[in-house]
Amino acid sequence: MSAPTLERPAAPPAVVGRRTRSTRASSRPGEVAGRTLGSRARGGLLGLVAWLVGLAFFAPVAWMVLTSFHSETDAATNPPSVFAPLTLDGYANFFGANSGASPWPPLINSATASIVSTLLVLALALPAAYALSIRPVTKWSDVMFFFLSTKMLPMVAGLLPIYLIASRIGALDSIGLLIVLYTSMNLPIAVWMMRSFLAEIPVEILEAAALDGASLPSIFRRVIVPISGPGLAATALICFIFSWNELLFASVLTSTQAFTAPVFLTSFVTSQGLFLAKVCAAAVAVSFPVLVAGFAAQDKLVQGLSLGAVK
Amino acid sequence: MTATVEAPAPHEPRPEAPGFRTPRRDAAALARAGAWARRAPLLPALIFVVAVTQVPFVITIVVSFVNWNSLYPNDVAFGGLDNYVNVFTDSALRSSVVTTILLTVTVVLVSLVLGLVVALLLDRQFLGRGVVRTIMIAPFLVVPVAAALVWKHALYNPEYGLFNGALTWVAGLFGATAPQPDWITGNPLVAVEAALIWQWTPFMMLILLAGLQSRPLDVVEAARVDGATSWQLFRFMTLPHMRRYLELAALLGSIYIVQNFDAVFTITSGGLGTANLPYTIYQQFFQAHDYGAASAAGVVVVIGTIAIATFALRSVSTLLKEENR
Repeated sequence: MSAPTLERPAAPPAVVGRRTRSTRASSRPGEVAGRTLGSRARGGLLGLVAWLVGLAFFAPVAWMVLTSFHSETDAATNPPSVFAPLTLDGYANFFGANSGASPWPPLINSATASIVSTLLVLALALPAAYALSIRPVTKWSDVMFFFLSTKMLPMVAGLLPIYLIASRIGALDSIGLLIVLYTSMNLPIAVWMMRSFLAEIPVEILEAAALDGASLPSIFRRVIVPISGPGLAATALICFIFSWNELLFASVLTSTQAFTAPVFLTSFVTSQGLFLAKVCAAAVAVSFPVLVAGFAAQDKLVQGLSLGAVK
Repeated sequence: MTATVEAPAPHEPRPEAPGFRTPRRDAAALARAGAWARRAPLLPALIFVVAVTQVPFVITIVVSFVNWNSLYPNDVAFGGLDNYVNVFTDSALRSSVVTTILLTVTVVLVSLVLGLVVALLLDRQFLGRGVVRTIMIAPFLVVPVAAALVWKHALYNPEYGLFNGALTWVAGLFGATAPQPDWITGNPLVAVEAALIWQWTPFMMLILLAGLQSRPLDVVEAARVDGATSWQLFRFMTLPHMRRYLELAALLGSIYIVQNFDAVFTITSGGLGTANLPYTIYQQFFQAHDYGAASAAGVVVVIGTIAIATFALRSVSTLLKEENR
């Protein structure tokens, strides 16, 4: 692909959803009166269908949350006891009231690995995105596609060598190893996202800053970071989510010291007896940070998931 | 792009000490220094990615030609294509190839269709649209292992899972006894697929909804005024516009779902014919300790994904062109 095809967009498109909403709303009243009545009824029906589908998809999440607040006996009934009294026993169990196995070490490991790797990703991806958009290297689109292609290399293919190297240098079961792996896992996504955010910064602003004699670090600090701040935050949230969710590497490369929350989740289900409320409480507790981060980044989520290709 | 800032780059290497240098060589050195100044911010990220993702893969290729079982550390020898012959003759490995394809294609196609339906529903005005969009995203935001655990225990469980519980409840309304199927044992692969479809439909929906909302609305309105029916609008305007978004969603989804490990590992532990390639590689590595065969299987997965990836790259690049037009 030749460089001119990937020029920066002339003007960043406004939030598309909102534009659509207003355009549509204003166009509706202009329609023929006879059709409006019929299409309004049909529109109402389709709205109802949308609600039903949405609720159906949400039902397992709702059930998970509800069950997590039930007692173990109420959680395991058939038919289900929807209106059983609520209790925090499931959470007390998860946090080690009976078993003594505290979830805090894995939760802290997960948080450390996710947050540190995300910061590392940002530190590496921001300059890289600068060199791919604002002041691009000659073969910058090739570089972009190289980054993307590494994302398509299945992680499992590198598992064995990473295990062998890590065991040789004594890095097995360490959070540092996970941080390095999660950083490389998320770096391509972050470079793609950040390039698309940096490409939205008007050239004139950067030129003005340079003319005023601002140095590169101060252009970063005073211009680039403030303008693309929301985009950087969204990138960070998505990298955080992917790191927090990761199971395969964490379960192979850690054991007793550095094991993360997903690994902890897979391990404690083997216990005997009723454990449904505890499982649901654990699922809710471990998913909670991701749900919060995801809902917060809702508007930017799609851009991140499509590696910046869709706005 | 030449009109961008020419800010003084701090990393600019000093031109070598000037001896008797002609002006032309000076200019060349300066140009080179300028090129390196442009590359400098890129290098840390590039080197990091190459070191952590490419180097291990090269080692995987090397090991795939070696007969190496860690239980017999003294019997490590060059084995030629032995491991690859194993990959394609071992029935477990072969069936895991088939399972991977089935799983990926089913999950991608079904969640793509569902995602399109939901996106079309959400692309219209109705009361509480934002709420529905938000709760639709929730399945994708539950940690995959947690979601798999909840599906396995809280939904599929034949004795007290929600599915059979709901059956009992509905049948109870009519005074009947409900069938109580064992969902996972009955249709293990479908059980895994259903959980994955539930998680991935929101992903597809988000990308497709963004695509729908980028339609040129004036053209759609014009066609409507000209008397086009809803079906005609969908068939001849929406679908062609959506093609590249559908491709993008399908290909990105495939890349993630081919690699799925969490659901297979949690819901069936790879049993009952649900072991896909990532799970099988994990198993060979962990339980059989056959490093050579695991590596060969890894190389096969990579070759398979390269086929998908080539299309994916092309699709993403057309989108980029489109966006920057």
